[in-house]
Amino acid sequence: MPPKKKLIPKKVPAREQDPGKRRLNFEEVSLGYEPEEAMREAGRCLGCRNRPCVSGCPVGVPIPDFVAAIAKGDFEGAYGAIRSANMLPAVCGRVCPQESQCEGACTLGKKHEALAIGRLERFCADWRMRQPLKPLCLPPGPVASGTGGNGKGAGRRGKVAVVGSGPSGITCAYELARLGHKVTVFEALHEPGGVLFYGIPEFRLPKKIVAAEIETLIEMGVEIKRNAVVGKLFGLGELTEKFDAAFVATGAGLPRFMGIPGEDFNGVFSANEFLTRTNLMRAYRFPEYDTPIKTGRRVVVIGGGNVAMDSARTAIRLGAESVTLVYRRGEEELPARAEEVRHAKEEGLLFELCTLPVEITGEDGWASGLKCIRMELCEPDLTATDGRSSAAGKPSAGKPGRKIPKPIEGSGFTIGADTVIVAIGTSANPLLTRSAQGLRLHRGYIEADETGTTSLKGVFAGGDIVTGSATVISAMGAGRKAAHTIHEYIVSQKNVSQKS
Amino acid sequence: MAEIVEKKLIRHPDVFYYRLYAPLIAAKAKPGQFVIIRIHEKGERIPLSLADIDPARGTISLIVMCVGKTTSELATLNAGDHIKDVCGPLGNPTHIENFGKVVLAGGGFGVAPLYPIGRAFRAAGNRVATVMGARNKNLLIYESEMQSISHRVIVSTDDGSAGLKGVITDALGAWLEEDGADLVMAVGPAPMMEAVCRKTASFGVKTIVSLNAVMIDGTGMCGGCRVGVGGKIRFVCMDGPDFDGSLVDWDALKRRQAMYRSEEKESFEAWKKRHGLEVGD
Ligand SMILES: Cc1cc2nc3c(=O)[nH]c(=O)nc-3n(C[C@H](O)[C@H](O)[C@H](O)COP(=O)(O)OP(=O)(O)OC[C@H]3O[C@@H](n4cnc5c(N)ncnc54)[C@H](O)[C@@H]3O)c2cc1C
Ligand SMILES: Cc1cc2nc3c(=O)[nH]c(=O)nc-3n(C[C@H](O)[C@H](O)[C@H](O)COP(=O)(O)OP(=O)(O)OC[C@H]3O[C@@H](n4cnc5c(N)ncnc54)[C@H](O)[C@@H]3O)c2cc1C
Ligand code: SF4
Ligand code: FES
Repeated sequence: MPPKKKLIPKKVPAREQDPGKRRLNFEEVSLGYEPEEAMREAGRCLGCRNRPCVSGCPVGVPIPDFVAAIAKGDFEGAYGAIRSANMLPAVCGRVCPQESQCEGACTLGKKHEALAIGRLERFCADWRMRQPLKPLCLPPGPVASGTGGNGKGAGRRGKVAVVGSGPSGITCAYELARLGHKVTVFEALHEPGGVLFYGIPEFRLPKKIVAAEIETLIEMGVEIKRNAVVGKLFGLGELTEKFDAAFVATGAGLPRFMGIPGEDFNGVFSANEFLTRTNLMRAYRFPEYDTPIKTGRRVVVIGGGNVAMDSARTAIRLGAESVTLVYRRGEEELPARAEEVRHAKEEGLLFELCTLPVEITGEDGWASGLKCIRMELCEPDLTATDGRSSAAGKPSAGKPGRKIPKPIEGSGFTIGADTVIVAIGTSANPLLTRSAQGLRLHRGYIEADETGTTSLKGVFAGGDIVTGSATVISAMGAGRKAAHTIHEYIVSQKNVSQKS
Repeated sequence: MAEIVEKKLIRHPDVFYYRLYAPLIAAKAKPGQFVIIRIHEKGERIPLSLADIDPARGTISLIVMCVGKTTSELATLNAGDHIKDVCGPLGNPTHIENFGKVVLAGGGFGVAPLYPIGRAFRAAGNRVATVMGARNKNLLIYESEMQSISHRVIVSTDDGSAGLKGVITDALGAWLEEDGADLVMAVGPAPMMEAVCRKTASFGVKTIVSLNAVMIDGTGMCGGCRVGVGGKIRFVCMDGPDFDGSLVDWDALKRRQAMYRSEEKESFEAWKKRHGLEVGD
């Protein structure tokens, strides 16, 4: 058991922008901790010997160690500890679903509020970014830096192509560069970062943070090719010819629609379109930026995950009079991060829970409303699979044992809406896989084992294109693991070729 | 970044030809594909069809009509200037095989992408006839290019200032009457492609159209380019741009193309004011 210590039951609150003000701007909502607040919060940690929080972390960040360092005021040491396991702490501190990971496992959380691990992680990363230290703390890899000049080792370093610059691709590139390999990242869009750039809004993850992480990669000698669509500009086969290995991390970017009548009316968006226009193309600054966005007065968002929450809160900021979230299960089942749900409520988001859309109505070609029916939640039938997540190909990041919604007869009603945003999930993007002969797929997703190995020699894969939509941290974990698999693969290949 | 190596005005005052140095794209692109460009940091991403592909010189050509802010801003660039982002080739190449008799129906700037497509049809052994239409003589482009790859070119203008007088579907109907076709490929504004499909349906000739839905990423990620085809939702950038015209939900396509009309106008007006310009200057 943890040593006796005076328990402080509640988290040190993080300062936030006032809801009334922030619903009108795109600046970050949570302002994070000052050093004194961070040290106070870190002091709540019990330093449990069995380290349940670490087991709750998908990449095994040594949480009690970095927290102890913060408590002592050693922020550089804390940052180094996090960075040893997590390449993107500024991102993860902001977007990880801590309540179902590290904080969900925290001993303090059994009786009181869990330690604010996410906020502390973010604090370290933000603190480090403000320091004049360069480069942005690269813990030296097992092999001396990228130039690979030291005799024996150098010959066994290789060239690796990484396809996609989302969290999975970034992490893989980072690890490989640390191991001394020459990495080229191919990104289809004009900005690297994947969902971190085009999906998650500025008010939750400022783009300058993503840009700083990409900058670090470039400083390490990683080359990033933008506007480079693999499957069109280069074939996967071409990459494996020119490079020693390829890592595919193209994400699960293909938006799904519901297949209900009216989805082709004007004013109906996929969440990806709504968010891409706003984030990637900066439509919230139209006409300074050229790309427009349409937000009506009454907006309805369909879905209950982070994507739905981000769309809804974006619509609020774009000036909608009312924004309503329609979700077919209950509040407890909302898959979004708890903090996002709380923030959304504070900003005035309305909820229609246990509600299923059946039709989008229209007038003069524009959406005018959403016809819905109420759902009743039944205990899950454990022998049956959830229709939607199985349609996605792989189990989604949903909560286990979720209740099954069943329609209530005669419960139909209509919500007035001139904008309808569909955020019910995505499926695998076939752009690359369609042209990749011999790459084994499962419902469009790439089949890869835990190490990232696929059915094609020299081709590795990870992140959402393997698991279906999941989380930033799991995509990063897969990228990191694959980097080590690729490293071993290259070294063994080079050994063979040197012998022969 | 891609350098503009050649630019010329091909139809006064607002249709320009641009040849860009983009050797990687030129090496891979096939007729029927397009690129998405973004001129500068604050620019919009706009799709443009490939009007020519020259792998030997490493260049691709675009023919762009100034219809709004981005296309007009592009026209302010000259040979030697660079376009910030050029992404492609996107979309699927047009399916080329020897069908027998192929008729190309081009409306407005739609004739431009038909040039490499027609050349490929011809190389595959087809007999190629081109029917090209415009409102008047001044609006016709690429006639000599189409002559060079077609066995027969029929021109029609609404006012009769060149070729046959009437709408393109009249000329097309007359030609189908006379010579028939195994395949029609139509490229142009949506209402023109729709009218062509109605006409060819009465002849029972399969018709392929190249759709021009509003796009953003062009990689299948946003779903903004979706269109109903045969009752299913298809993404033009990923599943197209070519589709069987008889299956396309034209009303939805036209409606969605007009979704941002008022914003587009606002943006264009503001730009013109900033530059003290009138259209086409
Ligand atoms: C709006 C939104 C909010 C989210 N919020 C959270 C959150 O709060 N917390 C959390 O943990 N997770 C969240 N997620 C999920 C998380 O972002 C994803 O699980 C994660 O980004 C997956 O990473 P990835 O690297 O596999 O793919 P992605 O981030 O999708 O990146 C894939 C990249 O590959 C590129 N690409 C695709 N095809 C090609 C090709 N053929 N050639 C070249 N490049 C290509 C794409 O352009 C993209 O940049 C959210 C997702 C969305 C959409
Ligand atoms: C596959 C494809 C190929 C195309 N090829 C050519 C071509 O070869 N030559 C050419 O001149 N034009 C082509 N277009 C049309 C061209 O993309 C539009 O004219 C251009 O985007 C207009 O931008 P703007 O800012 O100048 O005008 P705006 O005032 O913004 O728009 C004018 C009209 O253009 C259309 N448009 C606007 N934005 C987009 C967008 N992002 N994507 C698609 N359409 C849009 C809309 O219907 C709009 O009403 C093509 C479109 C598609 C989808
Ligand atoms: S479980 Fe909670 S209290 Fe225990 S070491 Fe981890 S963070 Fe500290
Ligand atoms: S343009 Fe975004 S999916 Fe086609």
